[in-house]
Amino acid sequence: MRVTFTVNGRRQEADDVWEGESLLYVLRERMGLPGSKNACEQGECGSCTVRLDGVPVCSCLVAAGQAEGREVVTVEGLADHARRRGDRSGHTPGAGAGSGPAGLSLQDARGWTARGTGSRTGDAAALAPIQQAFIDAGAVQCGFCTPGLLVAADEMLERNPSPSDEDIREALSGNLCRCTGYEKILDAVRLAAARQEPREPQSGGARP
Amino acid sequence: MDFLRPATWEEALAAKAEHPSAVPIAGGTDIMVEINFDHRRPEYLLDLNRVEPLTEWEVGADTVRLGASVPYSRIMERLRTELPGLALASHTVASPQIRNRGGVGGNLGTASPAGDAHPALLAAGAEVEAESVRGSRRIPIDAFYTGVKRNALAPDELIRAVHIKKATGPQQYSKVGTRNAMVIAVCAFGLALHPDTRTVRTGIGSAAPTPVRAGDAELFLGAALEEGGFWESGRALPPALARQFAQLAAGACNPIDDVRGTARYRRHAVGVMARRTLGWAWEQYRATGRPLEGAA
Repeated sequence: MRVTFTVNGRRQEADDVWEGESLLYVLRERMGLPGSKNACEQGECGSCTVRLDGVPVCSCLVAAGQAEGREVVTVEGLADHARRRGDRSGHTPGAGAGSGPAGLSLQDARGWTARGTGSRTGDAAALAPIQQAFIDAGAVQCGFCTPGLLVAADEMLERNPSPSDEDIREALSGNLCRCTGYEKILDAVRLAAARQEPREPQSGGARP
Repeated sequence: MDFLRPATWEEALAAKAEHPSAVPIAGGTDIMVEINFDHRRPEYLLDLNRVEPLTEWEVGADTVRLGASVPYSRIMERLRTELPGLALASHTVASPQIRNRGGVGGNLGTASPAGDAHPALLAAGAEVEAESVRGSRRIPIDAFYTGVKRNALAPDELIRAVHIKKATGPQQYSKVGTRNAMVIAVCAFGLALHPDTRTVRTGIGSAAPTPVRAGDAELFLGAALEEGGFWESGRALPPALARQFAQLAAGACNPIDDVRGTARYRRHAVGVMARRTLGWAWEQYRATGRPLEGAA
């Protein structure tokens, strides 16, 4: 069957999708977006976490057909998503607007690489603040769990800009990491939260 | 495999009538695991995500009509006052990602003895609204679970909603597992005080072939509270009373040894949870005499 949905702001289509196929498989194998990781295939590890109509879900447990007509944000589009969120809340009015079609093409998404600057004052479009914070805090070791953690953490900070440690632990409780012992990951989320604090406090996007 | 995508509830019922073997998929947190692992190849998947009324709820005078697909995260956030036991149970479900997708309809459809919602539904008192093209009926929750992963639904029926009695007193929920997140219950216990009818109801998960109530424990406690005038006085419960309640609750179990725990451990743990949840709920009752939001 054919499935059409929005990925990182652009309409995408996949053909010959098997009816039992997961959204994760379509993203990775049919659209060439391997950022969302395939690990447990049973919703245990969170490494396939994406936003579906804004809500974090395990893409391995969403049937591809269920994504029809809906909006998906993957880790490849996270920086773009964070930038647009900033635009919407008026921090950098007009930035990014009017320069080509909205969202990220599949080609751009496939070619996305982390271009950290080592400083948060660098090119804002290259990395989402949560991505920069993960680098700065040393929260990435083997990196396999990182995409899922980034998507989950970014969503929490959007909803809850000043999370307590408990809030962070709960928001990330569906994401397993076998390298870091989680401490650096918690540091990274605290760092990202602290960095967004000087901005206006009501900047969190509305949850659908 | 065919993927059926009804846009309305009526279309969903028609599809289920035409293909009774169709497996409903909403949150996908059960069925997609089975498909991913090649344990199941349903002939038809019946996607219910487009049927919007399933994600809505209505708060009535005495009950909440909870749409089958209302995600656990919504129940936690929005129905803590009306359904404190179910809200607590929802909070123990897996992880945020799973709670954003899964709902009570799927828990009931799968009817696993380990489903987190069941003890809370049994304790609160509920009816399952099942519907087919033949009509709609309400199945009392006590009659819904018919065996291990079996329920009272007919092949052409779908779960439309669950009607759950609004709390008139404190409700508590407890679950044993190796950690707080991503745990299939070793066993679980739900307890609801119903001051309006001066009764106590319970629900036990993962300690019998189906979710069950601890009937003898409920009767014992109900009678003891009545005879001792505890509902009026709000006095502290004597430890012996709580112990007896716990023992009867443990006796209601019919558990097995499996990878998550032994039968002996489960029986013991259910007794402990019964005593603790009673203690918590009674303290809440004494403090306010009114329904309280559950504590996470």
